[in-house]
Amino acid sequence: MRDGPARYSEKVMEHFKNPRNVGEIENPDGVGQVGNPVCGDIMELYIRVKDGIITEAKFKTFGCGAAIATSSMVTEMVKGKSIEEALKISNRAVAEALGGLPSVKMHCSVLAEEALKSALEDYLSKSKR
Amino acid sequence: MKRIFLDHAATTPAHPEVVKAMLPYFTGAFGNPSSIYSYGQEAKVAVEKVRAKVAGFIGAKSEEVIFTGGGTEADNFALKGIALANEHKGNHIITTSIEHHAVIETCKFLERRGGFKVTYLPVDGYGLVDPQEVKKAITNKTILVSVMNANNEIGTIQPIDEISKYVKEAGILFHTDAVQTVGHIPVNVDELGIDLLSISAHKLYGPKGVGALYIRKGTRISPFVHGGEQERGRRAGTENVPGIVGLSKAIELARQEMGEEAKRLACLRDRLIQGLLENLDHVHLNGHPFRRLPNNVNVSVDFVEGESMLLNLDLENICASTGSACSSSSLEPSHVLRALGLPPEQAHGSLRFTLGRENTADEVDLVVEVLSRIVTRLRAMSPLFKNSRVAK
Repeated sequence: MRDGPARYSEKVMEHFKNPRNVGEIENPDGVGQVGNPVCGDIMELYIRVKDGIITEAKFKTFGCGAAIATSSMVTEMVKGKSIEEALKISNRAVAEALGGLPSVKMHCSVLAEEALKSALEDYLSKSKR
Repeated sequence: MKRIFLDHAATTPAHPEVVKAMLPYFTGAFGNPSSIYSYGQEAKVAVEKVRAKVAGFIGAKSEEVIFTGGGTEADNFALKGIALANEHKGNHIITTSIEHHAVIETCKFLERRGGFKVTYLPVDGYGLVDPQEVKKAITNKTILVSVMNANNEIGTIQPIDEISKYVKEAGILFHTDAVQTVGHIPVNVDELGIDLLSISAHKLYGPKGVGALYIRKGTRISPFVHGGEQERGRRAGTENVPGIVGLSKAIELARQEMGEEAKRLACLRDRLIQGLLENLDHVHLNGHPFRRLPNNVNVSVDFVEGESMLLNLDLENICASTGSACSSSSLEPSHVLRALGLPPEQAHGSLRFTLGRENTADEVDLVVEVLSRIVTRLRAMSPLFKNSRVAK
């Protein structure tokens, strides 16, 4: 049996305890879903976009403490950003904003970046139509 | 807030009586048992006295017990020692897919480096090994069978005595990892019919860093540590005298209290299982309903991940453990839960509570209440929970 969780920064624990922007957006402008149950992480990210600016972001996540904290952080980071700016948010930036992640948990920040990219791509493909 | 420790399968606090018994051997009676002056001889007498006690507890003779640096070392010693000493007879080992890593990884090492072939037997949905499967797996090259007495994750107790009949019939050596059973349920080497048995002190309120390997008299086994005559030349190195004394004290206490304590723990265990199943939907018990260690509760909670539950429990001062990959550096969930046939999301949502001598019914009730709250909160943010509701 595995022992206790990896040591997390205070910031990670703070976002884990009080995650921001939990939930779904009805009729969102973009949705991203990444991960799978086999790996133990699934993230869903919803965005609302107005005049090219992300006005709202929400998430639902099945996963560990780091997965929940990175989901929370990425939804905070994208709010108020343009699509171009949001596309530049990297997994490292999310991890740094959380005061770092244990190396075995870096994949959670990758998942957060992918969820965001996937939501942005969904938005872009919809707006082309 | 008082801490509620529910991870006794991982480790136990040393009993105050154990610590008291150990203390004189750090300072006053610190001698090296190999020295011929009286200081040393006092230590030697102490070690031999407690060896008899440990041996007696499992129905063995003194000379059949070798002290080791713990349960993992005892498992390594048993497997490598038997493999090396018997390779002229054959190169096949039979074990199970739910053994502790101390056995599985040692087997893999023997496959990679020693030219051995290892059969990892499957288990049923409750984690039981079928004795018939063991019988079928035996070939004329088989030299050792290793099946754990009880599983550390799910608590399933194996039919060791039934398996033994087939193993003995074929004239093969039989090892069991009894780290989770010795001091908790009756273990007798003759009744179980085994030749080698691993013990760890810190799982039964003894100190960490000490254990024992029972080796039936006449068993051909290679020495494990070289460089001295200690432990009949099989495990060289100055004896961990305080640790050995501590192990023996822990066993003495277990001998007195085990029967009553097992009954008390089984009641708490069933109270916890019932509480969880009644207060939460979509919760499943992992392991066997009654062929189970008296202190083990292992459940899968659907739609939520184990580490996030553990972290939340930790914030409320409750210590438990999980088989989720997210709490380890590998990204694989528990090999034991996977062997039961659990889908990955249920393995990721597993929680293990293992009770001990300080736990009370009030604590069990509190854990049920706290966990229900945690699960409700985590499910509210789980995409899987939403999908399941839509699906209904």
